[in-house]
Amino acid sequence: MAIWLTENSKIIVQGMTGGEGTKHTRRMLASGAKVVGGVNARKAGITHEGLPVFGTVKEAMEQTGADVSVVFVPPAHTKAAVKEAVDAEIPLCVVITEGIPVHDSTEFWAYAVAKGNKTRIIGPNCPGIASPGASNAGIIPADITTAGRIGLVSKSGTLTYQLMYELRDFGFSTAVGIGGDPVIGTTHIDALQAFQDDPDTDAIVMIGEIGGDAEERAAAYIEQHVTKPVVAYVAGFTAPEGKTMGHAGAIVSGSAGTAQAKKEALEKVGVRVGKTPSETARLMREIMQSR
Amino acid sequence: MDLFEHQAKELFADYGIPVPRGIVANTVEEVRAAAEELTGRVVVKAQVKTGGRGKAGGVKVADDAADAVEKATAILGMDIKGHTVHKVLVEEASAIAEEYYFSFLLDRANRTFLAICSAAGGMDIEEVAHSTPEKVAKVPVSALDGIDRAKAREIAVAGGLPEKSLDGAAELIEKLWHCFVDEDATLVEVNPMILSADGQVKALDGKVTLDENAGFRQADHEALADKAAEDPLEAKAKEKDLNYVKLDGNVGIIGNGAGLVMSTLDVVAYAGEAYPGKPSPANFLDIGGGASAEVMAAGLEIILSDPSVKSIFVNVFGGITACDAVANGIVSAFKLLESRGEAVTHPLVVRLDGNNALLGRQILADAALPRVELVDTMDDAAKRAAELAAVGA
Repeated sequence: MAIWLTENSKIIVQGMTGGEGTKHTRRMLASGAKVVGGVNARKAGITHEGLPVFGTVKEAMEQTGADVSVVFVPPAHTKAAVKEAVDAEIPLCVVITEGIPVHDSTEFWAYAVAKGNKTRIIGPNCPGIASPGASNAGIIPADITTAGRIGLVSKSGTLTYQLMYELRDFGFSTAVGIGGDPVIGTTHIDALQAFQDDPDTDAIVMIGEIGGDAEERAAAYIEQHVTKPVVAYVAGFTAPEGKTMGHAGAIVSGSAGTAQAKKEALEKVGVRVGKTPSETARLMREIMQSR
Repeated sequence: MDLFEHQAKELFADYGIPVPRGIVANTVEEVRAAAEELTGRVVVKAQVKTGGRGKAGGVKVADDAADAVEKATAILGMDIKGHTVHKVLVEEASAIAEEYYFSFLLDRANRTFLAICSAAGGMDIEEVAHSTPEKVAKVPVSALDGIDRAKAREIAVAGGLPEKSLDGAAELIEKLWHCFVDEDATLVEVNPMILSADGQVKALDGKVTLDENAGFRQADHEALADKAAEDPLEAKAKEKDLNYVKLDGNVGIIGNGAGLVMSTLDVVAYAGEAYPGKPSPANFLDIGGGASAEVMAAGLEIILSDPSVKSIFVNVFGGITACDAVANGIVSAFKLLESRGEAVTHPLVVRLDGNNALLGRQILADAALPRVELVDTMDDAAKRAAELAAVGA
């Protein structure tokens, strides 16, 4: 078992015919994920990478039974693509696209809420979700780790890969990259809740970074609801105030959003926080070995 | 991107929001001309992208042009929280009856927009919000529903604005919402929003933050960038589409992925504490998941042109692009730079991990690039880079 994405998940790719869409469709297929089709209104009816291309998400779902969509469409069209996925009530929509205006992500989030939250949105600006050995929706390299019993939730793509790789001997139930934008669909808390409820996850790695207060809120949630061991890492201790560090959401403004405040909030509720990614892996290793 | 007050007000004026008449001046001569044109009492306001300007003495009322010149002489060149004042806004003085506060902003935690309104505006709004939060109304605004005149009026009422100001405030708030949405802003703040002696509600100050991700549909915004204040290396990096931020240290950093690079900065700073002069990162540079040879070369070029750099740390995790491809990228980048007569002369520490790491390390070892050292782990590589910077310093 895993959270949100299993070996039975059927994936469609919105924007499959574009450069990134093509490349990662190929990679997802190679990793064993069940990609069943693509969506592009202007190329409906063609076959691409051996898969049918449909005009709409709804049609793709009807024809293939797809329950996951991965979005690669360019920023100018992402809002429309996500709203279409929400209208079709696809259970999971993974938005890889980077550089989406925050007015657009705020709007598609409000739209999903108004439509009753029938679609779980992951991202935008995220690497996606992978349940090693079962399925892979997004751009997480499948071959850096193995299936196992650690759950991982992260704002950062490469740090996700780093930890998956360092802990490859233990392996992962599911790794979720939630993205580094100011407004995202699935949060740390959503993933913590799902991992807590997942019988096949024993311990959780949580990776955060500067900006916002998501980590502080996650700490409050852990204190109340999470009994499984959690190890955390926060990037950006030395980031200066007022400079955006790569991710649109990674900015320290005034006293808000500092890595130190996040670390303290997490440690206060018993979460062990690594000083470096390697130390974080070491802390998780100790937990898994003592089980 | 944050705007100067005068830019914010020009934007407000485009949306029909009442603002005082004003003229931007870069020199005292321009201040004199502006004050003479405006006639009567004027306000000379430092143009800096930081708060607390009034308290720092960056805003002064002047009785006439001669007085304005005197006030401007003191303000131009002043340092306000690390920002040097290079220009002032000379504005007609407004007869203020009351001062309010209003803003629209992004509420990250709740994933919605927020309107903040208070009848207790002005310089002490932060203190008001802290000690008497009940005087500050925070009203969520859905991106789907937006703001109409009636909703704007409700917010003004919630903020405790008096009856006499409601019509004017509602109109201003509604127009400000259009500005917020149409310009892809993440913050529009008016503090103070005033009721003038003649009964008009006006924006006496303006703070605007624009979303750089919206650049593709906001062609006008590029002209608003403060090119003069940009770090020259950051400007050069921007031209090459590199995600680069200049920092104060002497260890050049290149990595792939924003989170990994942020993490690299931390690890290098920790490692540096053990060496003389405490070497620390000279920059943030994310070359993205792909890590192609061209981007690697462009990144190395930027870092090599930074005179404070003493050593370089290339920290790459091979995921989508495996380490052998990254290693080939580094080798090609060295050749490319050498062919341009910009050969790499700084010590360079490379850490490759992830897919095909062994193959990647072999490629670099075989290439025998001058001054390149391979270190297996991120923590050890950071130590070595810090050590080399300390030696080179």
